[in-house]
Amino acid sequence: MTKKKGRIEIDQEYCKGCGICIHFCPKDSISPAGKLNASGYMPAAFNDNGKCTGCAICALVCAEASIEVYRG
Amino acid sequence: MKKVYARPKYLKKVHFHYCPGCGHSIVHRLVCELAEEMKIQDKLIGIPPPGCSVFTYNYIDTDFVESAHGRGAAVATGIKRACPEALVFTYQGDGDIAAIGTGETIHAANRGEKITAIFINNAVYGMTGGQMAPTTLIDMKTTTSPFGREKDIEGFPIKLSEMVALTKGAVYIERTTVNSPAGIKKTKKAIKKAFQVQMDNLGYSLVEILSPCPTNWKMREIDSWKWIDEVMVNEYPPGVIKDTTNEQKKKKPKKKGKKKK
Ligand SMILES: Cc1ncc(C[n+]2csc(CCOP(=O)(O)OP(=O)(O)O)c2C)c(N)n1
Ligand code: SF4
Ligand code: SF4
Ligand code: SF4
Repeated sequence: MTKKKGRIEIDQEYCKGCGICIHFCPKDSISPAGKLNASGYMPAAFNDNGKCTGCAICALVCAEASIEVYRG
Repeated sequence: MKKVYARPKYLKKVHFHYCPGCGHSIVHRLVCELAEEMKIQDKLIGIPPPGCSVFTYNYIDTDFVESAHGRGAAVATGIKRACPEALVFTYQGDGDIAAIGTGETIHAANRGEKITAIFINNAVYGMTGGQMAPTTLIDMKTTTSPFGREKDIEGFPIKLSEMVALTKGAVYIERTTVNSPAGIKKTKKAIKKAFQVQMDNLGYSLVEILSPCPTNWKMREIDSWKWIDEVMVNEYPPGVIKDTTNEQKKKKPKKKGKKKK
């Protein structure tokens, strides 16, 4: 059986850099983007380490509804 | 790859004004998801409060009528009685529902109004600068209890949901949290059930949600999320506080033609 692969997209302008998704991602697949957004927040960004399963936990906990999740 | 999660259809494409890590916007999102899943967007009428969530109508794409502080249950009563087919919910902070609005809330519940309250408990007056609320925990520091709340002076944290549950008209009362993936899922389920109770015309429903306020708790976002589990749930245990849904359903006369014998 092949493992489920996933990918996320974080809207860099809607993200407020709260770090909650980084805390809850079980696969360490999210990290700070390293570049401030227009509101002055340090947004989170997908860190494609090949481990993301598309579980959508990050989207569930995101208070800004700024994460889209893909799986397949 | 298939898109499995996206911003809900009824969450307007605007920036939330809430602080990073605030629980309000998570609950807004859940209401939008339910509006779509339960196909109720055109039936919903929300009543937002003074408080951080005063602009709820800017985010959830449905009808709203703003209320004065604490008057949500009274406004909701009027709207529901005039438009019984609408799904009417109040959205209230703890300072709103458990302080200035205690009277309206208890009496609306006691009358068995077919309305739903979404009660965001962050144990402080958020919008006005983090003052002590009736829900503030013992020893909790706020701008008006800088040395911590003292029971001998300010009394005990009030259990509004438990008080409401004592009224006969209250059918479904649950307390949940939005500080974890499991808590957020449970909150969505609870709001769904509360809406269903109203749609089935059974009586009053309320969901109390323990919600982080990192700004006024003066914590990092993740620490405020953890604090709910470490401290807040000891005073406000999550779970179903009252559920008489089944008894109420039995009382309702069955529709003709449905009986087999
Ligand atoms: C009659 C009246 N009294 C006082 C206020 C000031 N006021 C605005 S919001 C608020 C409390 C908000 O706290 P809470 O209900 O806990 O909501 P939060 O901001 O924490 O979400 C108060 C006292 C008001 N708007 N109207
Ligand atoms: S979908 Fe799951 S594994 Fe992928 S980034 Fe989000 S939380 Fe991490
Ligand atoms: S949870 Fe949302 S707002 Fe917070 S850092 Fe992650 S993407 Fe940004
Ligand atoms: S003050 Fe607290 S409740 Fe208000 S928006 Fe900020 S974090 Fe949320």
